[in-house]
Amino acid sequence: MPREEPTTADTTAGASADTTADVAAADTPGTSAAGALDDPAADTAGMTAAGTAETAASGTATGAGRAPHRANWWRMLGRDRAAAVAAVVLSLVVLVAVFGRLVIGDRAQRQDLDASLRPPSLGDGVYGLFGTDVLGRSVLARLVDAAATTLSVAVPAVLCSLLIGSALGLWAGYHGGRRESVALRVADVILSFPSLLIAVVVLYVFSPSALNIVLILAVARIPVYLRTARAEAAELRSRLFVDAARTFGTPARHIIHRHILPIALPTLLTVATLDFCFVMLTESSLSFLGIGIQPPDVSWGLMVAQGRQYLQTAWWITVLPGLAIVFTTVSATVLAAWVRMATDPAQRWRLTLPTKRRGASAAVPPELIP
Amino acid sequence: MIPFLRKRMISSAIPLFCVVLGVFFLARMTGNPVDLYLPLSATAEQRAEFSAAQGFDLSIPAQLWNYLVDAAHLDFGTSLRTGQPATEMVLDAFPVTLQLAGVTMLLAITGALLVGSLAAYRPNSLVDRIASLLSMTAASIPDFWFAIMGVLVFGVSLGWLPTSGTLGGPEIWILPVATLLIRPFGVLVQVVRGSMVTALSAPYVKIARSKGATPQRVIFGHALRNAVTPVLTVAGDLAVGLVNGAVIVETIFGWPGIGKLMIDSILQRDFAVLQAAVLLTAVTIFALNILVDVCHALTDPRVRLAVPA
Repeated sequence: MPREEPTTADTTAGASADTTADVAAADTPGTSAAGALDDPAADTAGMTAAGTAETAASGTATGAGRAPHRANWWRMLGRDRAAAVAAVVLSLVVLVAVFGRLVIGDRAQRQDLDASLRPPSLGDGVYGLFGTDVLGRSVLARLVDAAATTLSVAVPAVLCSLLIGSALGLWAGYHGGRRESVALRVADVILSFPSLLIAVVVLYVFSPSALNIVLILAVARIPVYLRTARAEAAELRSRLFVDAARTFGTPARHIIHRHILPIALPTLLTVATLDFCFVMLTESSLSFLGIGIQPPDVSWGLMVAQGRQYLQTAWWITVLPGLAIVFTTVSATVLAAWVRMATDPAQRWRLTLPTKRRGASAAVPPELIP
Repeated sequence: MIPFLRKRMISSAIPLFCVVLGVFFLARMTGNPVDLYLPLSATAEQRAEFSAAQGFDLSIPAQLWNYLVDAAHLDFGTSLRTGQPATEMVLDAFPVTLQLAGVTMLLAITGALLVGSLAAYRPNSLVDRIASLLSMTAASIPDFWFAIMGVLVFGVSLGWLPTSGTLGGPEIWILPVATLLIRPFGVLVQVVRGSMVTALSAPYVKIARSKGATPQRVIFGHALRNAVTPVLTVAGDLAVGLVNGAVIVETIFGWPGIGKLMIDSILQRDFAVLQAAVLLTAVTIFALNILVDVCHALTDPRVRLAVPA
């Protein structure tokens, strides 16, 4: 992928040469699969750099070297309507998750059998806005409570796997050799299992608590970051500035921290944003199946499961939490695409244009997959 | 090809062995495996009898040896729920899931190749933007919710499709396959689009176009074969992820597949069946990974040349 330095024909050639080398050098099948997975990203980078070399050169020259001004970020976000809406939705979800419980108090658990299964209406006050469930609990209050639970599982899980996976991947990619192939092989083994299957088996043996769910999801997703970080570090380790640092006797951990991490970070953060969707969806699935979040706690997936038996009479109990999941994950996906473009110096210029004139944007990376 | 296959099988035998060992040790990590195998309501006599019958009173190495020998004979014990051999139950359930997953992947790959190529042919056109938005949404909808909404709209309100079950004509396939389909389709459209954009900007495509080749010939004759490598990799990983979807779909629609079998064994604490199901799934997934690598070698000469070295 194009880096902070100005994009030149040299780096383009270098990137495609690396790609070819990657395929050709894949002597073990394990690395062949991983190498192939990394390919689209490298290919796309080569393509964009080649296709927009002239325009990008001017754009990068001004953007390179110094961090973009903060106001630019807001302006770029404002230019992209979809990303702006996504950002607003996500901030709203985060605000509700952080402060919601203070506002609703114990309303999410307060039962009122007289008010059982009331449809959404404007007449019943704020808490009746989205109707009530079979025990007369306010669906709105439960949605707010569930937002906090859902995020308190998804965010720590994503952070854990991001930190551990990136650290291992950068280390393996920078050093190469045996360390690299062992790390990749372990990642392949973990990734070749459906995450739900791992979760199901482990939650069978251990109790399904929130902490266990966080740990399982974190372990299941570490390989995604490991692969991405390794690919980035492996490409960067042969760059001139890394060679220079090495020549001056900089220890490996400083090179990784100062010279490789800053360049790999935008990609890793994008993957983390996409992964947030995946972790959220897995947690909802587990809760839906009855082996995730346990009552009296409530998560969006659990609400869907609880409302399922009243589907014919009370659609709102099932439909609303599902919509909450969809809005959050779609927003995260849209924002991830934007962040990827905004943090890539060779593509950032596109965001200053109206959507119609932007031309072909890069593809969503295959890390989206489970 | 043969040395490649041999090498690939040996290299996947090691992780597979790790899985077999992992299941054994997982069953012993939490203490007495009898707790794990028997339902919570078992009496003390039942526990003692079961412990002796299953050889849980032997030493750990002896137990491990027995376990490995049994596993090599595909004997994973009998189900506590039905008394049937676990292997038999798993093999009965397996074809259902395989059919479901096979139909889904076939539709997902064909559909994604068409839609993705169409979107990539004119980047940033209206078609492209609609395809991108739809595929992003499809990839982020929770499948269980999609299934329930499908039942609510088409099963309950409109009455067009059955709400669950496996009896009936082809219409019983529609909702389960659609539920399984959304995520792989959404992801694959984005991957196809991305790699087709790359392939279509290559010099050989410009030459083909300037020679006057039709758009169909340019897309399907020239660009697609070069763009298909990442699509295959991702499709392989998505097929692994289909097991996640199968658990959900089979639970909601009541299909007697391996996903439902796993969830039922968990909820009713039937470890022998769970173990057999997990191992069979693992074997299938490793076979699938080999298949993906073979397809890579068939479509990309660079991979084919690199492997035997």
